[in-house]
Amino acid sequence: MAGKNYFASRWGIMGVGAFIGVFAALLQYWGNPGNMGICVACFERDIAGALGLHRAGVVQYIRPEIIGFVLGSLIAALSFGEFRARAGSAPIVRFILGAFAMIGALVFLGCPWRAVLRLAGGDLNGLLGLGGLIFGIYLGTLFLKGGYNLGRTQKTFTSVGWLLPLLMLGFLVLRLVFPPLEGLPNNDILFYSLKGPGAMSAPLAVSLAVGLAVGILAQRSRFCTMGAFRDLLLFKQGHLLSGVLSLLVFAFLTNLVAGQFHPGFVNQPVAHNLHHWNFLGMTLAGLAFALAGGCPGRQLFLAGEGDGDAAVFVLGMITGAAFAHNFGLASSPQGLGPHGAAAVVIGLAVCLFIGLTMRQKQAA
Amino acid sequence: MSQTIDARGLSCPQPVILTLDLIEKTQNGRIEVLVDTDTSKENVTRAAESRKWKVASVAGEGEGYRLVLTKG
Repeated sequence: MAGKNYFASRWGIMGVGAFIGVFAALLQYWGNPGNMGICVACFERDIAGALGLHRAGVVQYIRPEIIGFVLGSLIAALSFGEFRARAGSAPIVRFILGAFAMIGALVFLGCPWRAVLRLAGGDLNGLLGLGGLIFGIYLGTLFLKGGYNLGRTQKTFTSVGWLLPLLMLGFLVLRLVFPPLEGLPNNDILFYSLKGPGAMSAPLAVSLAVGLAVGILAQRSRFCTMGAFRDLLLFKQGHLLSGVLSLLVFAFLTNLVAGQFHPGFVNQPVAHNLHHWNFLGMTLAGLAFALAGGCPGRQLFLAGEGDGDAAVFVLGMITGAAFAHNFGLASSPQGLGPHGAAAVVIGLAVCLFIGLTMRQKQAA
Repeated sequence: MSQTIDARGLSCPQPVILTLDLIEKTQNGRIEVLVDTDTSKENVTRAAESRKWKVASVAGEGEGYRLVLTKG
């Protein structure tokens, strides 16, 4: 049993937020897309594209950061005796929530992490995204107060907990076996963007190293951007929020020093300024994250420590990304996708259905 | 008299919701909480302390922990 976990203290989580903020901004400096040093939703979408699950040519790349998040969390969990294979808490619900969380995030163009990073880079549309996120999480807390519950998970075979980390390792092997080729849109089975955000990336080793470090630190500190607002709304606890605020401040300062701070609503990188859709897209994402019990990053870290249900959520997000681009649900800098508005309405309806019907009072 | 919450297998934030619900009802006394992850152990501890309850003991039990919370 591990002793006192320093990273779970107030200073610990603020330190982790600072680390993520600085290195997210630096990843952008080193080549990742604008205000997208780290974006869990965008990067999972890029992975879906690299695998050919969608064919949006501008967003296809096996993002090593995502692989690093899961494997870093795995390393930390194994090192501190916290790896526990568990599964069986409403996996289909988690899959659907993951898919709609991704669709909502892609209407806004970013997950909660990127919403904060966009703001830290001066993109004021991030305020609408964060506003929507908080409103969605607030709706989630109403369901939680009403007894919404995903049910108990079960301890299971160790191998179950290893499956998502092994899948990520498999993606890394694919990336090494089929590296990007100069001027070609694919190498055998993997697709690589030649232009657009998918063509912008920090070097493989750098992305992987930062991803691993973030994975380790976030597993230890339980960093969660959704929990940050949920705990404040539900329990009046600001512990996790202090980590997110620290991320915002340190990403802002790093952007300032690196010349990456450009305040305004228009001409922001990989962004549109349709205010109500920025808000509503993230409302859907926030509600889905709240119902699923974690932001997209936290789901990756949980999957790394053996949580098979969080792993299903991750697969739901990757699948949702494929649908988002195949069906024209995802936004672009030109604005909303042709069916983005309908997808948000359907997603909100599905979340309401789940939130209202999964109410089981626990026998204490 | 001690009341016990079995929060094993429940994911965040359920262990904290159950603990705080019982703390509100109990006001003073002793509550035992069973959890199965370190995260839940930390979250329940933080929640109890925020409501001025003491974590009297934390013992390993099975794959998880038994926390004893007291007040008064």
